Amino acid sequence: MGQLASFIVLSIVTLTAAVVVVTSGNIVRSALSLIPTFLGVTGFYILLQAEFVAGIQVLIYAGAITVLILFVIMLTEGGTGLRFRQVNEQVPLGLLAAAVLAAILIVVFVSTPWPKTAGELPQYTAAPIGNMFLTSMVLVFESTSLVLLVSLIGAIIIARRER
Amino acid sequence: MLLLDWLYVGVFVVVGLAMAGLPFAIVWILAPRAALPQKRMTYESGVVPFGQAWAQFNVRYYLFGLVFVIFDVEVIYLYPWAIVFQKLGKFAFFEMVIFLFILLVGLAYAWRKGALEWA
Amino acid sequence: MNWFVEILKAIGLAVVMFTFLAVVAAMFGVLLERKIGGWIQSRLGPKHVGPQGLFQTLADTVKLLQKEHITPTAADAAIFNTAPLIVATAGLMDWVVIPFGTVGTLVLVVRDLNIGVLFFAGMASMTVVGILAGGWASNNKYSLLGALRSASQMISYELPLATALIAVAMQAGTLSTVGIVGAQGGWFGSFVFRQFPAFVIFMIAATAEVNRVPFDLPEAESELVAGYLSEYTGMRFALFQLGEYAEMFAMAALATTLFLGGWKGPILPPLVWFLIKMYIVVFFLMWMRWTYPRFRLDQLLNLSWKLLLPAGLLWILITGYFMTF
Repeated sequence: MGQLASFIVLSIVTLTAAVVVVTSGNIVRSALSLIPTFLGVTGFYILLQAEFVAGIQVLIYAGAITVLILFVIMLTEGGTGLRFRQVNEQVPLGLLAAAVLAAILIVVFVSTPWPKTAGELPQYTAAPIGNMFLTSMVLVFESTSLVLLVSLIGAIIIARRER
Repeated sequence: MLLLDWLYVGVFVVVGLAMAGLPFAIVWILAPRAALPQKRMTYESGVVPFGQAWAQFNVRYYLFGLVFVIFDVEVIYLYPWAIVFQKLGKFAFFEMVIFLFILLVGLAYAWRKGALEWA
Repeated sequence: MNWFVEILKAIGLAVVMFTFLAVVAAMFGVLLERKIGGWIQSRLGPKHVGPQGLFQTLADTVKLLQKEHITPTAADAAIFNTAPLIVATAGLMDWVVIPFGTVGTLVLVVRDLNIGVLFFAGMASMTVVGILAGGWASNNKYSLLGALRSASQMISYELPLATALIAVAMQAGTLSTVGIVGAQGGWFGSFVFRQFPAFVIFMIAATAEVNRVPFDLPEAESELVAGYLSEYTGMRFALFQLGEYAEMFAMAALATTLFLGGWKGPILPPLVWFLIKMYIVVFFLMWMRWTYPRFRLDQLLNLSWKLLLPAGLLWILITGYFMTF
């Protein structure tokens, strides 16, 4: 009951903000509207009892990625006050594609036999994640750092070429 | 218990926004409203503002933002490690040494390439 | 679970906590700051309203409530008016995980979240977004420049702050704030001794996170008017101030919790000990403000990226080494 109510409220917040993101005529407004969207998704993670993932979502997405996006927008030529259109002349075609995609997804969701019984929830999500990093997922964990290193080097090279 | 914890957090967000919005209502009742066009002008040390503030900004902010996001992601990995590594002994320690070494190589690279330089 | 009662309890707690912040952190904090500033500079500070100027900020608040809300025509009104709410609420959210003390076996904390420290870091990072939004929406050159400076400074110091938090979490073996206080025992069991480098890193990074002198470039009044606050009048300015002071007190409270043994101490009740320790840290921050000159932007970024961040990561390794071997 309470969970259903929270789910509905979170959905409304997430979707409303998401609609602003894709319809607003101002790019900074779009970027700022991402924050309620990310926070709404954080709420879903919490409903799924994934606390640690929720913390990451706030820290990385709402706190870091959004700031980066805002920085990127502010270095664009011509400034951020311009109004622009987010849609082109292909609106009917786009609506059709969206409707087809939605129909397919709904059919899949309805026809999939979802497991109805709840699994065992870990008591504290950060500890199992840490355990997994250090035991069965060692290689994945270490290669993550390599991936991050590569992305850092790539980012610096690209940014320096632009300058 | 977990959902109860976060119920409080959710309520705090809502009540916080409401309480912070309360002064707006009080101001709306109490404060005067005089419509003078000059008053609503952008402040620029007393002269008539020229141009837009919403102009192009320096690329350096972006560079720092980029390095920050990557390091933020790397630091996030340290949290779950920090609370369990003691139970797992030496292996966990050396694993993190490797992880942090790669991280520090990244930092050294950014430093060397001048990505951490403001000037 | 009787969730309706719980919601009422949560609303009550939130109202109490918000009032506590508005009165103790913002109003009393501003007064304390002016009094300490006066004392350090051999002048009196506020003196006329109430005994020894005690009601000065209260009078200021009443004054601000009667000030007109001016939204510049050039500004983006919706975001301009939302930004103070975000900053004030983010300041409040920090306090969810701060344990104030104990009464019998009950710990006085709004909620002892499992990811307490991570939650605090996340909420502190939301302030950046509020400041950036407010500065941009003002459509004022000073505001936007101040906001960008503020954002780049705050994100730079988030990382050293996180390394200090992680070092403490390693020692305590938990991210919960109550658990971390529990892991510290007695005077010399406090993490300020066992984790002294982390404490130094934390204090520097925390000062920078809350944009205080010597890291107050975003509000450098001699060059940027009032930074991102330039266009804000009346109560909206006060809300930004409230958020900032709430955040500053929250940082002091977190320093108390993580490094100074939280509510623990002899004879006096736990709550009193907590407040004493918190105010010592607050005094320290104010002392710094009236003592040091401002950093230059490149010095500030160098300090974070080239000194504090590598030092923090190395300290994590050293802590790990000593705990493993």
